[in-house]
Amino acid sequence: MSAPPSSTDTGTGQPRSRDTAELRAGWGYADVSDKIAGIVLNGKFGWKWWSAFLVASAGVTALLVAVSWLLAKGVGIWGVDIPVAWGFAIGNFVWWIGIGHAGTFISAVLLLLRQRWRTSINRFAEAMTLFAASIAGLFPILHLGRPWFFYWIVPYPNVMNVWPQWRSPLVWDFFAIATYLLVSLMFWYVGLIPDLATLRDRAGRRGQRGAQLAYGLLALGWRGEARHWARFEKAYLLLAGLATPLVVSVHTIVSLDFAVGNTPGYHSTVFPPYFVAGALFSGFAMVLTLAIPLRAAFGLQDFITGRHLANAAKVLLATSWMVGYGYLSEIFTAFYSGDKYETYMTINRWVGPYAPVYWSMLTCNIVLPQILWWRRVRHSVPILFLLSLAINCGMWMERFLIVVSSLHRDFLPSSWGMFYPTRWDWITLFGSIAFFVWLFLLFVRLLPLISMAEMRELVRETAKGDK
Amino acid sequence: MRQETRQEAGKAVYGLLAEFPNADSLCAAAKEARAHGYTHAEAYSPFPVGGLEEVLGTRRSWVAPAALVGGALGGAATYFLQWYAAVIDYPINVGGRPLHSWPSFIPATFELTILGAAVAAVLAMLIQNGLPKLYHPLFEVEEFELASRNRFFLCLPAHDPVFAPGPARELLEGLHPMLLREVPA
Repeated sequence: MSAPPSSTDTGTGQPRSRDTAELRAGWGYADVSDKIAGIVLNGKFGWKWWSAFLVASAGVTALLVAVSWLLAKGVGIWGVDIPVAWGFAIGNFVWWIGIGHAGTFISAVLLLLRQRWRTSINRFAEAMTLFAASIAGLFPILHLGRPWFFYWIVPYPNVMNVWPQWRSPLVWDFFAIATYLLVSLMFWYVGLIPDLATLRDRAGRRGQRGAQLAYGLLALGWRGEARHWARFEKAYLLLAGLATPLVVSVHTIVSLDFAVGNTPGYHSTVFPPYFVAGALFSGFAMVLTLAIPLRAAFGLQDFITGRHLANAAKVLLATSWMVGYGYLSEIFTAFYSGDKYETYMTINRWVGPYAPVYWSMLTCNIVLPQILWWRRVRHSVPILFLLSLAINCGMWMERFLIVVSSLHRDFLPSSWGMFYPTRWDWITLFGSIAFFVWLFLLFVRLLPLISMAEMRELVRETAKGDK
Repeated sequence: MRQETRQEAGKAVYGLLAEFPNADSLCAAAKEARAHGYTHAEAYSPFPVGGLEEVLGTRRSWVAPAALVGGALGGAATYFLQWYAAVIDYPINVGGRPLHSWPSFIPATFELTILGAAVAAVLAMLIQNGLPKLYHPLFEVEEFELASRNRFFLCLPAHDPVFAPGPARELLEGLHPMLLREVPA
């Protein structure tokens, strides 16, 4: 259970939070700081953390083996072939980059909209974004025939005297993902600076010299001077404003990888908004998948309250309908176009060899989320957790289906084929999930998973009792 | 009762530091310092306190103009690079399509506009704040570590034009701080 406020220095005129939906009662500045910094500095992680870390490390090892084998043997170890030359790798790429969208959305858009429920979930959601986007970036590189030449996509003066093909969505992709990674990293790091200073000072007080030095270097000597805070807030707000169109642009450009081609099922104008909605949908599902175990493991129920989970559930419900609109629009356009290849592709999704994937996807992404109409479901932690897992699976199936179902029936029936994943496909997929978990476990161990500075601000706001 | 101060002992000081329990008392103290003519007073808080920097006397922030310039530079440079590569340095005729096919140059231009603005905003913030600065005289004051936890500090620095040791101490004492410390330079 979450610890009650522990501080004993009462009576000094310091404000304490009143009971609100976003923060429970009785927390002062010192309490929130000590609670969150303590998770990192106490170093008490116990057998649960270690067993999770060991399992994740085993998965990372498996991923390393799979990638080494890929580099040695080539993409032939995967199930990809003509006509399905894009298999798991591209599906995984789109899935991961989608998951990486909710973090920046929460941090940037909810900041601009002044949504108070952002405060306690933005930090770990940003970490989630960084890790997911980094992992996503690996897949297109691994998918290249010769991954070690991936830097040829970067425009630089070279002895080959060629430039990247600027009209190719794959080049746009490089710019979109590189920018997204860098801006997300800056957003995350800038937000961390005051918290790193807190960790530096707490570690110093506890006599942990190594931690003090490490956090001190990372904190850059932050002191919290009023003029510094003013510029910090200005920069943070600008980053939020810049990241907002960026979030929308990244998955738009990813969708153009498909939509610019003339393959039936890819060539659709609904793709950009449909991909962005799907990204938010899967990203918020992942936020819930991470938030629910986190608050239980570290007793953070006072900070990540039922309100946070219920709000995320509402976003899931809304984005589920947007994704559903995307599905409907695809079907309508296929028949309305009168194009027999588009029509065939659509019917093939319903009754063809990948139909089980299609119907499972609809169940996970459209049917199951409808239970969120019930308030009781939105406030039931176990159901939300299970639903978030189902949506993660459903969105992976969607990405798989987009990539594979359009390719496996080429224009000429003589070029039809099937995609069957090999064991290396599965190891790479689950290895990437393990890598994500591994990075996240290290993150909760080494960095504050909730922004302490923003929590103190929230304490002041809620203490005033203004709504 | 009063100990001998560093000034009296002939040693250099950075300034005088007073500790307050909450943001409102810090704001009141900052107003008082401003009323006494201090323009370089420094206020330290564990989270941003709205309006405090204006009370202290703002110095211009270059964060927003830097972001504008950075974004413009990033976008213009990227567009120029694409135009130069596709039209001048390596023109390829693909089915008679125009070499200067500007719509397909927009995605990279857009992305690097954002990147340029973001990098410039962060750099401007750090540089103008004088960060990284791993050592500062205030870190010598043991209690100052609470500035990143739950306490609020006002520092009257010796380099302020109106600073004089005696009156500065009287001013701060009059504000009933929790603690008053002299910061060695």
